[in-house]
Amino acid sequence: MKKVTHDSTGNVYHNAGVSLSGEHPLIEFRNITKSFGEKRVLNRVNLSIYKGEITTIIGKSGTGKSVLLKHMIGLMEPDMGDVCFNGKNVAKLKGRERLAHIRQMSYMFQNNALFDSMTVFDNVAFPLRQTTSLSETIIRNKVMDILEKTDLQGFADKFPSELSGGMQKRVAFSRALVTDPSIVLFDEPTTGQDLIRRNAILSMISEYKNRFGFTAVIISHDIPDVLFISNRILVLHEGEIVFQGTPGEFDSFDHPYVDEFVHSLETFRDHMPGLYSRRNFQLRYNSVLGRKSDQDAYVVAIFSISGFRELCEKIGHATAHELVKELGAIISRHFDAVGGFSTRQRRSRFMTVLPFSNIEESRQMLDDFANELREKGFEYVKLKNREAEGTRGEFYKITVIAGMAEGQSTTEGINDVLKKARQNLFEIGRFQCIEGKCSL
Amino acid sequence: MSIYKSITLKFIMMPLNSIGKSALNQIALLGKILMFLAASLAGIPGKRQFSNTMKHVYSIGVRSTLIVMLVGLFTGMVLGLQLYYTLVKFGSQGVLGSALGLTLVRELGPVLTAIMITARAGSAMTTEIGIQRITEQIDALFTMGVDPLRYLVSPRIAASIITFPILTALFDIIGFLGGYITGVVLLGLDSGAYFYRIHYSISFADINGGSIKAIVFALIVSTACSFNGYYTHLRSDSFGARAVGLSTTSAVVVSSVLILVADYVVTSFLL
Repeated sequence: MKKVTHDSTGNVYHNAGVSLSGEHPLIEFRNITKSFGEKRVLNRVNLSIYKGEITTIIGKSGTGKSVLLKHMIGLMEPDMGDVCFNGKNVAKLKGRERLAHIRQMSYMFQNNALFDSMTVFDNVAFPLRQTTSLSETIIRNKVMDILEKTDLQGFADKFPSELSGGMQKRVAFSRALVTDPSIVLFDEPTTGQDLIRRNAILSMISEYKNRFGFTAVIISHDIPDVLFISNRILVLHEGEIVFQGTPGEFDSFDHPYVDEFVHSLETFRDHMPGLYSRRNFQLRYNSVLGRKSDQDAYVVAIFSISGFRELCEKIGHATAHELVKELGAIISRHFDAVGGFSTRQRRSRFMTVLPFSNIEESRQMLDDFANELREKGFEYVKLKNREAEGTRGEFYKITVIAGMAEGQSTTEGINDVLKKARQNLFEIGRFQCIEGKCSL
Repeated sequence: MSIYKSITLKFIMMPLNSIGKSALNQIALLGKILMFLAASLAGIPGKRQFSNTMKHVYSIGVRSTLIVMLVGLFTGMVLGLQLYYTLVKFGSQGVLGSALGLTLVRELGPVLTAIMITARAGSAMTTEIGIQRITEQIDALFTMGVDPLRYLVSPRIAASIITFPILTALFDIIGFLGGYITGVVLLGLDSGAYFYRIHYSISFADINGGSIKAIVFALIVSTACSFNGYYTHLRSDSFGARAVGLSTTSAVVVSSVLILVADYVVTSFLL
């Protein structure tokens, strides 16, 4: 049962005491207060991080997000309050117990903190060499594997100062994950990355979380992209946690911070032109559907790429996200023309509302959309495949699926109609590539 | 009347308060340095530290060899010159080897070697650790579960303990050679008498004393330089690159002064 609590200052905590899966917190802050001189950065902060979840901390710059993260690993100690790990007070851990606590975590610094007198390879290999007894061959394999995944395989012998800021960030990212930690703290992992690599990094975090089941805490300004991979959102505002809950609950969170924050969503429109943020989508939905009479029908369509996670592994995160971006652009271009409005729901899922069409008209529109997708879609992937034509490559296919359902404007909420649409999914386009020969 | 009394009392107490506060701060600092040294010494043993220590033996020891030899040579030469003209007044120029040998082995060898290493390698030690501190590299070590003291400071202290006595011995030998150049080659003393006097007058206790001094100086220099770099971020007078610069300056100054102070203390115990 969903539990919503409000503290004395009106802060909102959704399911604050237990995780989505009903577990108790892995990391818990109890009344943490931290000041630097006169300035109080954290003011009686209470928060919970749950095992196996991705928790994203958002907030304006300079509000103490990094300070919060540093308390989790023990780099800083609070002036007041307790940081608890599995119910145990971290300050009371000594010797080996404390070392074991630190070693199960990994930390990616905002400024990377790379060892500038070591090469990229040595930087990434460093924690393995210092904290494990793995042989040099295994270490080399592990390091090269992660460097390949982060597009850095050709830079292993370079020094950090010879790399761009974005590349340095990826080296730090690789170093944080190379030890297969069970808890990873990311301090702005995507800052300075281009859109494709930003999504690739977020996607890798999500993929690693699914594969290894680690717990991640991310500080990020990449809204809304980071929301798609997060299980829980924390909002830090003026030294206090003013919200804890799921991304869905965050959409309906009413706070002055969110109003300021909405402006940052405008950048999202540049990334995926024409698509609405979730919040703006909801506002548009209320405004358009609110004007319609009881009997008027509307249609909700969803579009998704089938088996997206496997696809990411085969064609790479960067290419896969370019694909999603293209799909979003085509959806928005096609359906905006007939009065529709669309938003991104998950990493590879979009939702479109067609407020002025019935199901028959919408089916016709969907056929036209499928044709446009076949003719103009996936240019980036086509280009990549043309480059690879004739070479022996792996088989893969990109399957776009869609579903539609009709609802009554006042009697059925969007979630009910969406549910019906999801039960009615079918394939509308397939692009496949076998050993370098690609076809639609 | 009581107001005047209170103001006078305040006036007297103010400097006393300030002296007391400063003394307490210095005692606290000394305690912190000793804790730092103890923790670093405890971190010296360990397989993982061996290659790291050897790297620092190279950077502190091998790379300081040339400068130590150069200073040793000219120290020996000037000492030979000065002692010769002093001894010749008493007709005792024959004991030049003894005077030069004892001065070098007991005092100048350990002291000048330590000061030269401080200038060359100690300053680099502070700068390197200081930069690692301000760029969060030391925090990164902590988050990886690597003890920063054990990784950064212990190998430097171990390397200093290894290299200081060796470089001191090298300084002494080159110094003898410098004395030989001025005393024998330029001023015409007998070569056999020069080396016989050195061999005859320097006892094992002198060499032992010189080595003890070298080890004490090694501890002082490596601890003072590492400590200043390690706590660069806690300086109240500056931040960032400027703090690293100031830390380096204070490390060199403090090390040099402490070398001379310790020299007196150790000598008074040895004699």
